[in-house]
Amino acid sequence: MSGSSLAGRRMRFRLLRASLMRRRSRVLIELLAVAIGASTMFSLATLALDVPRQLGQELRGLGANLLVSPESELDATQLQQAEELIPDDALVAHAAFRFQTITINEQPYLAAGTDIAAAKSVKGYWDLDGEWPSQSGEVLVGRDVADWIGLQVGQRVTLEGASIEQQLRLQVSGIFSAGGNEDALVVITESDLTTLTGRGGRYDIAEFSVALDQTQLSALAAQINGSVAGVTASPVQRMASSEAQVLAMLRSLLVLVSVIVLALTLIGISTTMMAVVTERRVEIALRMALGASSRSIQREFIGEAVVLGALGGTLGVGLGYVLANTVSQQVFAADVRFNVWFGLVCVGTAMLLAWLASRHPVSRAAAIDPALVLREE
Amino acid sequence: MSEMTDAVRMDKVTKAYGELKALDELDLVVKQGEWVSIVGPSGSGKTTCMNLIGCMDRPTSGVVEISGLNLANMNENDLTRVRREQIGLVFQKFHLIGHLSALENVMLAQYYHSITDESEALAVLERVGLAARATHRPSQLSGGEQQRVAIARALINQPPLILADEPTGNLDAANAAAVLELFAELHTQGVTLIVVTHDPSVAARGTREIVLDHGTLVRDSVLR
Repeated sequence: MSGSSLAGRRMRFRLLRASLMRRRSRVLIELLAVAIGASTMFSLATLALDVPRQLGQELRGLGANLLVSPESELDATQLQQAEELIPDDALVAHAAFRFQTITINEQPYLAAGTDIAAAKSVKGYWDLDGEWPSQSGEVLVGRDVADWIGLQVGQRVTLEGASIEQQLRLQVSGIFSAGGNEDALVVITESDLTTLTGRGGRYDIAEFSVALDQTQLSALAAQINGSVAGVTASPVQRMASSEAQVLAMLRSLLVLVSVIVLALTLIGISTTMMAVVTERRVEIALRMALGASSRSIQREFIGEAVVLGALGGTLGVGLGYVLANTVSQQVFAADVRFNVWFGLVCVGTAMLLAWLASRHPVSRAAAIDPALVLREE
Repeated sequence: MSEMTDAVRMDKVTKAYGELKALDELDLVVKQGEWVSIVGPSGSGKTTCMNLIGCMDRPTSGVVEISGLNLANMNENDLTRVRREQIGLVFQKFHLIGHLSALENVMLAQYYHSITDESEALAVLERVGLAARATHRPSQLSGGEQQRVAIARALINQPPLILADEPTGNLDAANAAAVLELFAELHTQGVTLIVVTHDPSVAARGTREIVLDHGTLVRDSVLR
């Protein structure tokens, strides 16, 4: 009977095409209901995955979350060994520092010698008046030091090392505020510190900013401790747990919103499908009067809904990606990653929702006495 | 030679809705090739009678046979099969599917019956004088044309019985005459026609007139 032969399949396709192409306004409403649902689902799912990742990267700008300190001094080999254990895509920034007491106007201060570019990436959160040093001969001073001595940006200051012969006259390129002990530091290049102290190539601490969650960070610290001799790696607990809490709350919020949207989508698609099927009650009754079995009616109408689900789902995934990308561009100035699996799951879910939403009204319409419906019309 | 089976046989058929009997022990036999007009006032049981013959309802008691097939013990699928294979339906409001062309509306009945054949469907449209309008949709056809498409749809599977419910009820005189001419042509070809109508002029075109009142047969006259 209907549908099993090649001619039957061709006719079924012809009926489907006619229904989709010639009932344009109705099909558009159904398609939009599914597409809006799928786009919201896809964009939220993409954001739920991508926002915590991007936010994690942003939070890394708030300072290091892993410290590596030596038993005595940290050399370049130990530093490199520790660095190699950190996954490339997780290492956001790192810098090593050597601290040495110097004197300014015969008063002792703590100087930090470092690779300025590296320090700038780890200490990006410092509030800066002026600029970071761009070369040797320049110094960045903490707000407390500047206040004590009365220094201003552009002024020259003399730093003395261990002996009177070891001194440098440097220009203040900037004054920073970190809001803590660091404000009592002066930051200079490694080479200037070597000139002042006569010793170089060794560090007192290395700070790493790593985009990993709390558990992964603890595991990484343990791995460094186990693999690199003479060093102690420890996560900055307060930073790591705060980050983990923020990201977990954000993820929970996005998942909750996604679930609510999914429920609303189901209601929206169901209502639309139900309205459309109810509108086609007479057509269903007529087809039954012409000899269609209840089963073939269900196959044809639910099949049509599933095709609409696939079309609307695909359209929705495209729109959802554009939406998620726009949000990400506005907030993080970065593109979101297109997740093919998410896309496939969204299209599959749209088809499943269309199937679920049409199943009940179609079954109900197919169970009604066709004579009754045709008479009522 | 075996005796020809009756197109329709109703034996003491009663259809009750609670206390109300829409049909009350109705006995009716329609021979093959007859053109029977069923008339009667509203509530006389015409529609119930049509629904029972059209396998769209079941009697409370009594036996209905279509082309010798007893419907009493049939399930829904069997009834659908009998309707598909034995009966062509024509409605007062045409009931064409709006988004399908005239040709596709005709082919739809073929689709549920057996194998679709476009040339066969075109030939039937030719027979009702609408081959040139095959690609038109119902909204592009006049009422008379729509009813002729509906008749083509009823004829496509060559059913032995055509059941028409007020087929000219929504047509002007000229279109009603054209439809009745088609019925006359089918009658001469041996198709059994049962036509429910309020219109005495339509009823008069049949070979036999049955008058129902309060679910019982009050007159059965052979017109020619």
